[in-house]
Amino acid sequence: MAQVQRIAIMGDEAVALAVKQAKVDLVAAYPITPQTIIVERLSEYVADGELDAAFIQAESEHSALSICVGAALAGARVFTSTCSQGLALMHEIVYAASSMRIPMVMTIVNRSLNAPLNIHCEHGDVMPERDSGWVHLFAANVQEAYDLTFIAFKLSEREDVMLPVSVNLDAFILSHSIESLIPISDEDAARFLPPREYKLALDFDNPITHGTMALPDTYMEFKMQLKEAVERAKSVYPEIVEEYARISGRKYWYFNSYMADDADAVVMVLGSTYGTLKTAARELREKGLKVGVIGLTMFRPFPEEQLVDALKGVRAVVVMDRAYGYGGLGGQLYTDVVGALYRNGIRIPAKNVVFGLGGRDFKLDEAEAILKMAAKGARDGGFDTHVQWWGVRA
Amino acid sequence: MGLIEVRWHGRGGQGVVTGSNLLARAAIQEGKYAQHFPEFGPERAGAPVRSYTRISEDPIEIHCGIYEPDVVVIIDPVMSRYTKDYCYGLKPGGDIVLNYIPSGDDEVVRWTRNNGYKLHAVDARKISIEEINREIYNVPMLAALLRVKGFCKMSTLEEVLAQRFKDKVLEMNLRISRRAYEEVKTIVG
Repeated sequence: MAQVQRIAIMGDEAVALAVKQAKVDLVAAYPITPQTIIVERLSEYVADGELDAAFIQAESEHSALSICVGAALAGARVFTSTCSQGLALMHEIVYAASSMRIPMVMTIVNRSLNAPLNIHCEHGDVMPERDSGWVHLFAANVQEAYDLTFIAFKLSEREDVMLPVSVNLDAFILSHSIESLIPISDEDAARFLPPREYKLALDFDNPITHGTMALPDTYMEFKMQLKEAVERAKSVYPEIVEEYARISGRKYWYFNSYMADDADAVVMVLGSTYGTLKTAARELREKGLKVGVIGLTMFRPFPEEQLVDALKGVRAVVVMDRAYGYGGLGGQLYTDVVGALYRNGIRIPAKNVVFGLGGRDFKLDEAEAILKMAAKGARDGGFDTHVQWWGVRA
Repeated sequence: MGLIEVRWHGRGGQGVVTGSNLLARAAIQEGKYAQHFPEFGPERAGAPVRSYTRISEDPIEIHCGIYEPDVVVIIDPVMSRYTKDYCYGLKPGGDIVLNYIPSGDDEVVRWTRNNGYKLHAVDARKISIEEINREIYNVPMLAALLRVKGFCKMSTLEEVLAQRFKDKVLEMNLRISRRAYEEVKTIVG
């Protein structure tokens, strides 16, 4: 493992660097707001000759993703990124990409959806794509956004998976912030991600059909294959993170976990809030409060068995969502966790805290309050309410 | 050194964000951990803007705003004269760095002393006009900050500047930052 010095880098630039090192063949993107610096840097890499790829400026996000689908079918390694309204406009092709089993990576810089106009951090943009059959990974910091990009390509292109993968990072908090990063070497990147091989690539001499019509007698079989592929993505993931650990020294798992093993109460979350909760939990542990934190790296496929296992012995959970399922039972992560607990026979109190919509900051003292709330739930054997919108003015 | 939090004030167009950015880069260059993040909103030249830096010897995992900084740096010379308005949340015993040199009977000196803060001042505006006939505040203010707080070595800042700027722009930034580094004074220590 090569020792490389830590560098200072912005989240967007870290993703662009990983995409360059992954030697993509094509990047397609639509360049205006809410697009990010990720594609700006990639266009510079291409223009400067540092990345030998086609950079296609599409006329919309819908087209950008469509271009990626087409190029991937021709055998190219492809990348795009978007967020917020841009992702909403891609929605139709998001589903096409997974059902056509297109390997590709898309970075989603998580931002709120209109209205009101906002574009600050929220997970409300990716949630409409939750059930699409994509693999959805979440980064807790800039290093993870970089590392997960490699892991995403590897997972996406595996012959027994062949699915699009999204890497999510919190807008502004990670995308526009500078943190330190330990990059992997170009040689290690090339070893981890050799050029893509695709047996079914479009070929004029041996024509085949992709994206065909499937009437009621075959449609469900296509969808069953999608379901199975998504489940395989979960079962092969440990091999991939193990291989990545060998070159990087950084071991990823389905989730990050801080002192959840012996905790009375655990708080669960997606994205960069994990670090804030962990910092608060460390202080509370020193004061004798047995709290833990779990931050999911893999959100889809949902790591049900692994989470249930991690929650053994835990007496209460607070699940935090930076998005909401309006008219439903709560935020998306909460309903997953509650469902997983119920069907695995674990009847512990679980509360949903909805926070940080539209970029509202979630401070260290608030993280401490949530952890104490979880600990109180464990002590009392229940919570006052199922869902709380955190910090909303009356 | 524990976790240090710095809040930068200035106006859109003065390089407030770049000042904070360069501090984080210099700290990471020295093997420390750092975070830099600007405050986001509509970008307008002349409007008051803020930017933030965290520095630590240990990995920084927290991802939220800074509300109780250890240091406030005001890079705009006019805003510097309204010191009190920009020091909200400053930790007891915290440091203020201004871009004008208050006289001994200036009200800000009494206010700083009464509140138990430390006050450092450099006339980055004068230095910049005299040296390069321009008004560049962010880099000299950063140099002044490094002199009084010692977060990083001046030579590291120079390395980081050389990565960021070239030729004449680099030479100008080096000239004004070196002079600010020499001329910064601690008014209330």
